[in-house]
Amino acid sequence: MSREQEALHASIYPAKAPFIAPGHTAATVTDKISEVVLRKMPRWWWVGFFASALIVLMLLNALAKLFWTGIGIWGNNIPVGWAWDITNFVWWIGIGHAGTLISAILLLLRQQWRTSINRFAEAMTLFAVACAGLYPIIHTGRPWLAYWLLPYPNSMGLWPNFRSPLIWDVFAVSTYATISALFWFVGLIPDLATLRDRSQNKAAKMIYGMLAMGWRGSARHWHNYETAYLLLAGLAAPLVISVHTVVSFDFAAGVVPGWHTTIFPPYFVAGAIFAGFAMVLTLTIPLRVAFDLHDFITERHIQNMAKVMLATGLIVAYGYVIEAFTGWYSGSHYEGFMFLNRLTGPYWFQYAMLWLCNILVPQVLWFKRVRNSTLAVFVVAMFVNVGMWLERFIIIVTSLHRDFLPSSWNMFHATRWDVMTFVGTLGLFVALIFLFIRFLPMISIFEMRTLVPEAQVKSKETE
Amino acid sequence: MATAARLYGLIAEFRSPDELVEGARRARHAGYKRMDAYTPFPIEALNEALGLHHSPMPKIVLAGGLTGCLGGFGLAYWASVIAYPMNISGKPLNSWPAFIVPTFECTVLVAGLAAVLGMLAVNGLPMPYHPVFNSKNFELASRDRYFLCIEARDKQFDREGTRQFLASLNPSEVSEVEP
Repeated sequence: MSREQEALHASIYPAKAPFIAPGHTAATVTDKISEVVLRKMPRWWWVGFFASALIVLMLLNALAKLFWTGIGIWGNNIPVGWAWDITNFVWWIGIGHAGTLISAILLLLRQQWRTSINRFAEAMTLFAVACAGLYPIIHTGRPWLAYWLLPYPNSMGLWPNFRSPLIWDVFAVSTYATISALFWFVGLIPDLATLRDRSQNKAAKMIYGMLAMGWRGSARHWHNYETAYLLLAGLAAPLVISVHTVVSFDFAAGVVPGWHTTIFPPYFVAGAIFAGFAMVLTLTIPLRVAFDLHDFITERHIQNMAKVMLATGLIVAYGYVIEAFTGWYSGSHYEGFMFLNRLTGPYWFQYAMLWLCNILVPQVLWFKRVRNSTLAVFVVAMFVNVGMWLERFIIIVTSLHRDFLPSSWNMFHATRWDVMTFVGTLGLFVALIFLFIRFLPMISIFEMRTLVPEAQVKSKETE
Repeated sequence: MATAARLYGLIAEFRSPDELVEGARRARHAGYKRMDAYTPFPIEALNEALGLHHSPMPKIVLAGGLTGCLGGFGLAYWASVIAYPMNISGKPLNSWPAFIVPTFECTVLVAGLAAVLGMLAVNGLPMPYHPVFNSKNFELASRDRYFLCIEARDKQFDREGTRQFLASLNPSEVSEVEP
């Protein structure tokens, strides 16, 4: 292109804002991100950590009571055998999905904007899966026997039923937790080496050194490392799709009206990504202010995430519409009643709030002005967090509480133990996030180095 | 000198990845084989410059994936057909479509473990001690310096000759690496 053509091109297509603020070099990126971990934490960190640690104590209290007395302390009772526990399980595991989507699928699609948020999102995945995994285990009532779910040779001569979606769930969730942890750790190895080399404190040097396992940035190592990382991403991408699909099978394979539909797998996966991006935004927006990371997590990152949230939100809306359509089109009396019951039954308020939070409010993201306002995006993300929890609650509880036999209809009322357990896992999640930002680099340092101008190697083989 | 025999190699420090890639390329053309570069981030052009072509990782991961796939299906089949045959809603004992989910999950699990453990094994990690950590400024290899080390076990290695060669590559510094 000649200079005039270039100028013309630039006037028609204005350059997009970069993913990293200008003026950064490999050195400044390294120092700025590792500084967060290596310097003393500000006072608000201690306040926040102790507040969330107190909530973790409340969780332990609720769990101790649960283990001592049994799950009768919750509001669950026939016909509503699954309630907040499974709602929370699905909600948490859905949140985890955005982390894997950002780290694996966007990596394979060569989306550079993932680089400054992937580490953080992966940590979020890991902690969300930990919170999620807790629920089915404690819901067994005798969690010390939860290992019975695993196939292992035992003196009782028993084996799990491999035709059951609940066993599929055990496989899917445990594989997901393992692969997410591995992916996260592999990504951390070079950054742990950076922290080993940067830290002045002897104990910190030793610990980071041991975790880095002697990483020295050898070109031969990078070569294998990059291949392994790409392959892991390739494995994690179908895995993340499979996990929420399998979670949806827990419902779709049942005959309960409102569960027994083929739309569930895609609708659940879209909902998971929707909820996950909302949670990533909920966490990144305050953190980038707190640690002054505007150079790395730019306006464009927030805008892109808002766009993903809008797109997946529309898929979720399609799912809701199809649910209503199926209620009518199936001609099944029970399916039709299920939908009318959601709309006008005792849980109508939660159902209305669900439409408000998940469908109506996110439509404001169509407007560029809204996407450009970090505060507005944050508010929308909070609505989605609430809405996605309500979605799982509606699917689980309204389907169960009035099924085929009116004589067995009943209402679900949460007890304070339900509330304490749920709030407790929120505290656990936040406490883990606090520990993570204290001890590990929340942005992938080595991947950020590849974004700075000096990293663009120009020379080609000349001979 | 007695230390002459006890040298791991000579290391050159560069300020930019371009200089390093050019240096590595010239070292390879000069006939050096036993050398390695140390960089703060992966540089694709270096693989070519150092003559690194094949990573064994894809094969290792494929082997892991196949093991997991066969193992996962085998587990479901063995448990449902041989060890604990149960008639569940009239389905055949070998109701293979239902076994696809555990099979898929085991495939991904074992392939993922193979990717991570295989990468560490191929790279020889964990390795708590390595001579290259003795070299000057090496802690900057994880920040913004780029190193090229020609090892003493290279056939062409000559303490003075190699030092002069490295100095001709325009590095900011050339130093000796003790073993």
